[in-house]
Amino acid sequence: MTGSLFERSETLYRRRRAANRLMTGVMVLAVVVALVPLFFILFYLVTKGIGGLTLDLLTQDPNRPGRPGGGVRNAIAGSAIMVGLATAIGTPIAIGCGVFLAEYGQNRLGTVIRFLVDVMAGIPSITVGLFVYGLVVLPQKGFTAFAGALALAIILIPIVARITEEMVLLVPRSLREAAYALGAPRWRTVLRVVLPTATPGIVTGVILALSRIAGEAAPLLFTSLGNQFFSTDVFQAMDALPLRIFVYAVGPYDYWHEQAWAMSLLLVGAILVVSLIVRALFGTRVTVRQ
Amino acid sequence: MRNTGILPTEQDAARERHPAAAGQAPEPDSQAQRAALRVENLSAWYGRKLAVADVSLDIAANSVTALIGPSGCGKSTLIRTFNRMHEFAPHARVEGRVLLEGVNVYDPGIDPARVRQRIGMVFQKPNPFPTLSIAENVAAGLRFLGVRSRAEIGDRVETALKLAALWDEVRNDLKKPGIALSGGQQQRLCIARAIAVEPEIILMDEPCSALDPVATLKIEDLMRGLAERYTIVIVTHNMQQAARVSDATAFMLMGEDGAGHLIEYRPTQELFTRPQDRRTEDYITGRFG
Repeated sequence: MTGSLFERSETLYRRRRAANRLMTGVMVLAVVVALVPLFFILFYLVTKGIGGLTLDLLTQDPNRPGRPGGGVRNAIAGSAIMVGLATAIGTPIAIGCGVFLAEYGQNRLGTVIRFLVDVMAGIPSITVGLFVYGLVVLPQKGFTAFAGALALAIILIPIVARITEEMVLLVPRSLREAAYALGAPRWRTVLRVVLPTATPGIVTGVILALSRIAGEAAPLLFTSLGNQFFSTDVFQAMDALPLRIFVYAVGPYDYWHEQAWAMSLLLVGAILVVSLIVRALFGTRVTVRQ
Repeated sequence: MRNTGILPTEQDAARERHPAAAGQAPEPDSQAQRAALRVENLSAWYGRKLAVADVSLDIAANSVTALIGPSGCGKSTLIRTFNRMHEFAPHARVEGRVLLEGVNVYDPGIDPARVRQRIGMVFQKPNPFPTLSIAENVAAGLRFLGVRSRAEIGDRVETALKLAALWDEVRNDLKKPGIALSGGQQQRLCIARAIAVEPEIILMDEPCSALDPVATLKIEDLMRGLAERYTIVIVTHNMQQAARVSDATAFMLMGEDGAGHLIEYRPTQELFTRPQDRRTEDYITGRFG
């Protein structure tokens, strides 16, 4: 062996620098590949959908099939009502469940419940629809928006519950101790200190779940069914954007296809807008100074 | 004088800053002063591990008592048994008695939340509630206690902030978030928050270890002032700090059994100048620890 350690190791380091560059390149490529479909979808949606996005689409109800024109006001209202109702029913249950798992779930019971929640999150949405069909629609002898909202809530609950648990566990122990040291009982500590601190994260979870259920057609197929007409009665069949997109997309008329594209664009845009509003209202990120 | 080195000087400095405190050191052994807290044969475990072994001591009212000792000697565990914070650790257990005005805080019918209202605590790292403003942080404990009146809350917040020597710095920023303050201000905010619920005793678990020297001095000054109204117990690994601020000092050490033992507990001046125990002397003269 000749030369200093530094000289001897030069080839080795040259190889390592090359490997470093190669791996960085591979990862950049992976990011690009992952993002390409997203941009394609957005691009495609905008180019195909923007033409059909007219005022009539938002303010008119569907015409008789085959007669061009008309809108999807009924589907927009139906989606808003059912998603809103599902969020209102599901979120408190989910947050309660998540807080329970975080606060009292560090034991065998918690492990079992956590597993069940995960299983629930994995149930195909069409199965959830079938379940609600058997549980609500058959006994009530009718398709209702309420049943649809219930199915959506069942999909929302496990998502929000698990995210709530994670966010509550992220709240530093020092904050709980601060509350305890002031003489606060545990439930007050959770309610007044832990939950407010975890709120931005929980809100993100709710938005995630809300976006997911807003785009679901399968669980509504045999619960809210769909409706040609405008309805705000939650005990009647109700239309929804995903249902109408499905009907129009596979239908025979060109103007239906155009409206289906416009509705898809509308759905994506609405989810974006709702996320931004909700985040602006509750989602102020708290930066804890170290 | 067996002890030499810098300690007496430090103490002189403390005496100069607080002439009233000089010469008034309580005598923990002689019961000259009312005991705010009486600890009897207290042992604390984490699961099977004994962390504090059979400690007995009286803490004099309206004084500053320091717990010193090397890392792992159980001083933090001991202080956390006083207001039952110890039991939040997994499998934590306590034996013995902690008497607050003659009542054992570990008696069955005692609500630990009530104990903690009377024995407040300030932690190592400042921990203001990040979602609350400066005023709301101080008011948090009041709300836990069911105080509703805005006027009363406002008054009490102001009083607590003044007692914590923070009022002048934040009076115009009461609505700003508590975590926007500097580290030293945050710690004084936490002290104000603890004071606001009118505790009798305030436990401080290394309250200055995350602070710079200037902020540390401010907190130390504050402690001396607070001792006129409250009983203060401070855990510190900083001997100079104990010498500067405390009236009585307890020295703890990990024994061969791995648990913390109380080695010596005397008026601060005596402990630092005429330690009775060989191990105390070794520690305060810097031979170990």
